[in-house]
Amino acid sequence: MKRTPIYGIMAEFDSPSDLVAAARRTYEAGYQKIDAYSPFPIEELAEAIGFHTNAVPLVVLIGGLVGCVSGYFLQYWISAITYPINVGGRPLNSWPAFIVVTFEMTILFAGLAAVLGMLALNGLPMPYHPVFNVPRFAFATKDRFFLMVFSTDPKFNTVETRRFLEALGPRSISEVPS
Amino acid sequence: MDERTPQSAPVIEPGHTFATVTDKISSIVLTRPTSNGWFVGFGVAFLVTMGLLYAIGYLFVRGVGIWGVNIPAGWGFAIVNFVWWIGIGHAGTLISAILLLLRQSWRNSINRFAEAMTLFAVSCAGLFPVLHLGRPWLGYWLFPYPNTMNVWPQFRSPLVWDVFAVSTYFTISLLFWFIGLIPDLATLRDRSENRAAKIIYGMLAMGWRGSARHWSRYETAYLLLAGLATPLVLSVHTVVSFDFAISIIPGWHTTIFPPYFVAGAIYSGFAMVLMLAIPIRKIYGLEDFITDRHLNNSAMVMLATGLINRLHGPYSFFYFLLLVCNIGIPQVLWIRKLRTSPLGLFLVSGVILVGMWLERFIIVVVSLHRDFLTSSWGMYYPTRWDWLTYIGTIGLFLAAMFLFVRILPMISIFEMRTLLPQAEVKAE
Repeated sequence: MKRTPIYGIMAEFDSPSDLVAAARRTYEAGYQKIDAYSPFPIEELAEAIGFHTNAVPLVVLIGGLVGCVSGYFLQYWISAITYPINVGGRPLNSWPAFIVVTFEMTILFAGLAAVLGMLALNGLPMPYHPVFNVPRFAFATKDRFFLMVFSTDPKFNTVETRRFLEALGPRSISEVPS
Repeated sequence: MDERTPQSAPVIEPGHTFATVTDKISSIVLTRPTSNGWFVGFGVAFLVTMGLLYAIGYLFVRGVGIWGVNIPAGWGFAIVNFVWWIGIGHAGTLISAILLLLRQSWRNSINRFAEAMTLFAVSCAGLFPVLHLGRPWLGYWLFPYPNTMNVWPQFRSPLVWDVFAVSTYFTISLLFWFIGLIPDLATLRDRSENRAAKIIYGMLAMGWRGSARHWSRYETAYLLLAGLATPLVLSVHTVVSFDFAISIIPGWHTTIFPPYFVAGAIYSGFAMVLMLAIPIRKIYGLEDFITDRHLNNSAMVMLATGLINRLHGPYSFFYFLLLVCNIGIPQVLWIRKLRTSPLGLFLVSGVILVGMWLERFIIVVVSLHRDFLTSSWGMYYPTRWDWLTYIGTIGLFLAAMFLFVRILPMISIFEMRTLLPQAEVKAE
């Protein structure tokens, strides 16, 4: 693997439509290690940069199942095994009474899994990231749209890639130091 | 959509761009000088909160005997206020979760502070059952944890269900609110001129950079969380109503309670949303974002849930006041002109909040004060400590709201951007 002194090249666009179009053309041109940044979610963008596998639903499902099973088991173990209280000879494993807490624990674990799973998959929190070295990138949380080609891309070449991005008609181009 | 005025009013006034939306909302937090009005409002709310602390301190010293509760009316203000506050919180989740799933885009400008309202209302609500325990410092006994006494909670009791329902509700509301804040905190981090503010907002934003991969997972997580919060919000007030319905007290032991409580919760919650939204949009000049359409829609939700709230219980004066507040006066919401009149709505919302509080009072106290034997009948009179605790939580709630509008963006900036026509991706 060749060492490149820069992290990647970043192009700035004015509108979501421009960014999506540019991202599509970059991906079609054979670049794979690319990313796009926008101030709000754009549905078409993830697909335009070739991102398809979203594992969040699976994480939430697992979280919910763990919460459900452990929630019921907690009550069963407490009420029937470790601290049984005989109320007029009624069954110790009185499952209808355990449904409410089982449900709440399902929701609690699934919700925690959704948030923590999303953050973990996104690699957050990450206080430092090379893209923040570009002063103009502060506008990525306001009204500008950025496309990035990482230097780890096999097709990456400082001169060629820069020329390719310039042909997409961006507002500005910057090199991102690593 | 039809052509009538408030219905076809835009959810955001025309002429805004990504930049103006961002600047308008973030400047309230970042550059707008803190007004004297804010200091006065916060100061008053803070003093009332100190009153709450005083009442709680005295309660810790003397015990629940300082309240008006006694046998037969063992549940008084504490439980009334608990149910009232929980109910108010519900509208926040309704707006943020259920309306998100229904793709009601008008929610985008009111969901953030409605969620904040939920958090603060649930915090106020959570105080009351704990204070009512008798030995509040042992409140953690309600949770199942291994202990040297070798005792465990009774999971067949609705009161234990309540602990799980309310703590789960608070946690999920907090997560939902925080996850919605992350992209906006990143905006504040990048906009802020002040170094300390930059660091604090930066830490809270956790390095959010708006990557397309991140947004994709973010949107999925947000949607799933909304899907989880929807059955949760309906279950929480149902569980609260179980506290009553599973008992054998006449007037409480009834199957209508779960849906009845949930409808009442949404009713009073929307009233609180309007009570907060109307002054906020005026003071901070946000009429562009919280338009007449929002007020009209909220008023219609109140009208619909208000119709479900039927008569209940016998208690002459309070009962008739309840009827007037909850059933009589809100009927003026049939008039479209009033649904878009901020002042009128503000007043009607206040009346509904009083009415819903009376309703809970009647449910709790009236069923208890007539015991099974005539010789055991009693009356419940709230003491000044009851009142101070109740008013104190209103102070706590308002103080928290004042802090919230000052340090966090009260309208979701990134969701407002998606409402702009420019956000549409045009096909090539």
